[in-house]
This record gives sequence, structure tokens and C-alpha cells, in this order.
Amino acid sequence: MTPLLETRGVWQRFGGLVANSDVSISVGRGEIVGLIGPNGAGKSTLFNLIAGVLPPTQGSIWFGGEDVTALPAAERCQRGVGRTFQVVKSFETMTVIDNVIVGALVRNTVMREARRKAHEVLEFTGLAARANVLASDLVPAEKRRLEVARALATEPKLLLLDEVLTGLTPTEAQTGVALVRKVRDTGITVLMVEHVMEIVMPLVDRAIVLDLGKVLVEGKPADVVRDPKVIKAYLGDRHAVSA
Amino acid sequence: MDKNFTARRRRDLVIAAVLAALAALAPLVIKDVYVQNILILTLLYAALSQSWNILSGYCGQISLGHALYFGIGAYTTELLFTKFGVLPWFGMLAGGVIAAIIAMGLGYPFFRLRGHYFVIATIVIAEIGLLLFQNWEWAGAAMGITIPMRGDSWLKFQFMRSKLPYFYFALVLCSLAWFVTWWLEDSKWGFWWRAVKDNPEAAESLGVVVFNSKMGAAAVSAFLVAIGGAFYAQFLAYIDPESVMGFQFSLLMALPAVLGGIGTLWGPVLGAAILIPMTELTRSYIGGSGRGVDLIVYGTLIVLISLALPQGLVSLFSRTKAKGATR
Repeated sequence: MTPLLETRGVWQRFGGLVANSDVSISVGRGEIVGLIGPNGAGKSTLFNLIAGVLPPTQGSIWFGGEDVTALPAAERCQRGVGRTFQVVKSFETMTVIDNVIVGALVRNTVMREARRKAHEVLEFTGLAARANVLASDLVPAEKRRLEVARALATEPKLLLLDEVLTGLTPTEAQTGVALVRKVRDTGITVLMVEHVMEIVMPLVDRAIVLDLGKVLVEGKPADVVRDPKVIKAYLGDRHAVSA
Repeated sequence: MDKNFTARRRRDLVIAAVLAALAALAPLVIKDVYVQNILILTLLYAALSQSWNILSGYCGQISLGHALYFGIGAYTTELLFTKFGVLPWFGMLAGGVIAAIIAMGLGYPFFRLRGHYFVIATIVIAEIGLLLFQNWEWAGAAMGITIPMRGDSWLKFQFMRSKLPYFYFALVLCSLAWFVTWWLEDSKWGFWWRAVKDNPEAAESLGVVVFNSKMGAAAVSAFLVAIGGAFYAQFLAYIDPESVMGFQFSLLMALPAVLGGIGTLWGPVLGAAILIPMTELTRSYIGGSGRGVDLIVYGTLIVLISLALPQGLVSLFSRTKAKGATR
């Protein structure tokens, strides 16, 4: 079976800086995959390439067996790629429900249906009580949740989560983890960028570690965290030796 | 909560219908031609501002060049009428369509610009349009066009004896612009526009084609403004570049919306209802020697409002409402 998402030999250069070099990863249907790595590893760049924010310098991106490299972000969303942003980008002058309706309009052209779908998603993500509040009035954890709700309203096949669990209190993070599991249980594939290993490792089926723009290691979370190369990338040479 | 939403939309519609009905009855009481004139201008600017608000308020693409579309509506109508004998009603539609096409043609390069650069581009383009018309001999150049008046006629949309037909047309135009906004507000386009205004990148990630949204908003906005321009030309019975395409029109379209509440359904109407009578009154009381005093009053008012109520006058109403709804 073809994987849902594949990047084939993807490169991204910004001037002299190589953010991604020859990155080939794949994500299977129904998986939760974690994309991890130290700061500056190229996670967010790869993420943006997959979401279609910018085209890769070289290489191709395949979604559902089709080459989507040339498609802009809006069209990838229509094909089933949903995403959140690391720095939340709520529609601040709009209410929570209106934010989500924007997403729901991708697959519902009739307003009444889009609205119903949006309410469903708010119920699912636990934001129903905040439906009529302005997005600018939400607390940070709720804003993260709204990012997820908006993306879910587009009814994606693949949900890209960019550090949705970072910067939350432990309780909030646990609720977040539960939500991601719940999302996967509805049949949506999840690719999540995370910085904090402790939170993602128990959650993901597979982890891909990026370092200096390249895929360093890929595998089961338990194996990945023990891999000397990963420890070295995160903590430096001294710790790799002692491990 | 969906009931609340539907109820609010229905309430807006009822209020608008009542206001329109009251306005329609106003001439029964108001016989003074001078006051009627002010009412016509108020309705016209409410309509223009409402149209401007679609692109600049809802979609967030601030244009200070809408005088161009106003002038195009006026010139298309009068050129077709005086040169080819085409009735103003058709000229009006033609002007609207041409303005919409030009708006999209200009949008093609300019919607890639962001923020201030876009605003500057709109000002420059409108000034170029003004210069072109000032030098275009066939279109009367700086001398303009005088519309031949041959007696009252709905067919030719010209009236000398009474201002009432103009009043009713302005009322219909204002109602139309309001209704279009009301209708678009709860449509895919309305949601797309607000999303584009708030955060284009997030909008794009949710399947919104940002560029097309802006083009759609520009076309609707320019079309309605051009209809207003066509009306104004018939109303004045004389046009020249400065009097239908001058920069002041761009400002006069933006100010009511900004004063009343930019990007809101009621802002432009509310703003125009305060601003236009005030300008006309200051202008006539202070007289010819005080040219520009009305603009000083304008400016002062805008500064005060933006300091005290940055969301515009409508926030006076919605603020209390929002409290009632959420708490």
C-alpha cells in the first residue's frame, strides 16, 4: 500500500543555508508519527514544505500517491492536508465558531452545514462552551486547541501538528495528548513536530529524528531515545559516550 | 446558539427594512430642497462607503483609490449617453462591469502588495486615472461633459423639477449595498474575506484561495461604487474629472466606514448618517470663505473617534451586547 505522505529527496536552501538536505520520509495511513530534533534541525521547514507554504528547492512531495509538489497550500488543504501553526494564527477579530467555520467551508458549501460541522468539531475538541467568544479573548492553551479544531474542520486525511503541546502546563499537555489520540481514533493520520521528547514519545507510533537538516534516525520511540546518535544530537558528545 | 445567530441576522434585516421604510416616507415631511439634497448625498455616501467596506473593511485591503471606480461609473454612463445615445440605465450597468473588470485587472499585480504598499498603489492608480481623463480630448478632457437635459424622464433618468426621483434611487442603491453586504456576511465569501484580513497565511492553510478572495471583493466593491458614480453624474447633470474622480471621493468613501466601524454591517450607514449632514451643514454655514473648515471638522472627529472608540461607533452598541451574550 502506498504511504499517505512521502517526501522524496527533498532539499530546501535559504541562500547559503541548507535547512533540509535530501530528506526522504514517509507516513503510513493511521499512524501517529513524531518529527523531532534539536532546535534548527529543519523540522519546521520540512513541515512547511509538506503543507505547501513554499516549494522545495529540489525533490518532490507525494500525498495519497499523487505528486503535490507544485500545489499551493490551499489546494493541499482541499486534498486533505490540515495543519496548525507553531505560533498560533487565530483569526483574532472573529469568534471561535467563525474561526472554525472558515475551515469547515472547505467541504461544506452550504453555510448551515458548515456551521453544523463547526459545532461538531468544537464539541469534539472541548471548545463548545467558548463558541461565541472572540478568538483574541482565548487563553493560550485554548488558542492551541482552536488551531487543531480549525484544521479538523477541513476534514483532513493527514493532520500536521506544529508544536501543539509545547509551552503547555503538564495538565494541559495531557489533555492535548488525549485529544491527539482521539483524533487518530477517528482515522486521521497525524504527523507532529515536537520539541519536548517526554511528551511525544509515549504518544507516537514512530519517530523521525532530524538533525542539521538530515534524517538522523527513524524508528520505534523506545529505540530512538536510546540511540547514541540521537543522544549526541540533543546533548552533545560527552553524554553519548557515557550512554 | 445557532438560534441566537439566526435571530440576530433576522433582527438586522428587520431594522434595515424599517429604516428604509421610514426613509422612504421622509419626503412627505421634508419638503425643503436643500435638506432633500443632504439626504440624497447621505444615502449616496452610505452606499459608497458600504461598497468600499466590502473590499477594505471585510477583506482588509485598504483602498484609497476608489474614486477611480466612481469616476469610471460616471464617465461610462455619460460617454455612452452623449456619444451613442445609450440610456443611462444601461450605461450604469456597463460602468459597473467595466469598473469591476478594471478592479480585477489592477488587483492582479497589486494584491501581491501588502499593507501600506497596497494603499499607496491605490492612491497612485486613481491619480493616474484622473490625469488620463483630464487629458482625454474625446471624453471632454478637463472641460468635462454636460448632460443634455430634455425634461423629466425615468427612461433617461433625468429630472429637473423635483429631486425626489434621485432621492428614491439613492435609497434603493443604499439598501442594495447594505443588503449585498448582509447577504455576503453569512456566505463563504464573507468568511473567506474576514479570514484573509485577519491572517492570510492561516486562511491559505484552511483552503482559502487568498488571491481569488481579494479579486472577488474588489469586483463587487468596484461594481457598486461605479453604480454610485453613474447616479452622481445623472444627479449633477455635469461631470468633469475633478468632480467625479478627485481624491476627496476616495476619502469620503472611507471615512464613514472608519467612523461608524470598519468591517461591520452597520458602520458605513451610521458613519454616513453623522458625517455627511455635518459636512454639508458646516460647509453652508461657514460659507465660501471657510473652504476646508468642513474638512477640519472631519479630521478632528476622526481623530477623536479613533482615540476613544477604535472599533468605530457601532462598538457602542455591540460592546454591551457582547457582554450580555457571553456572561
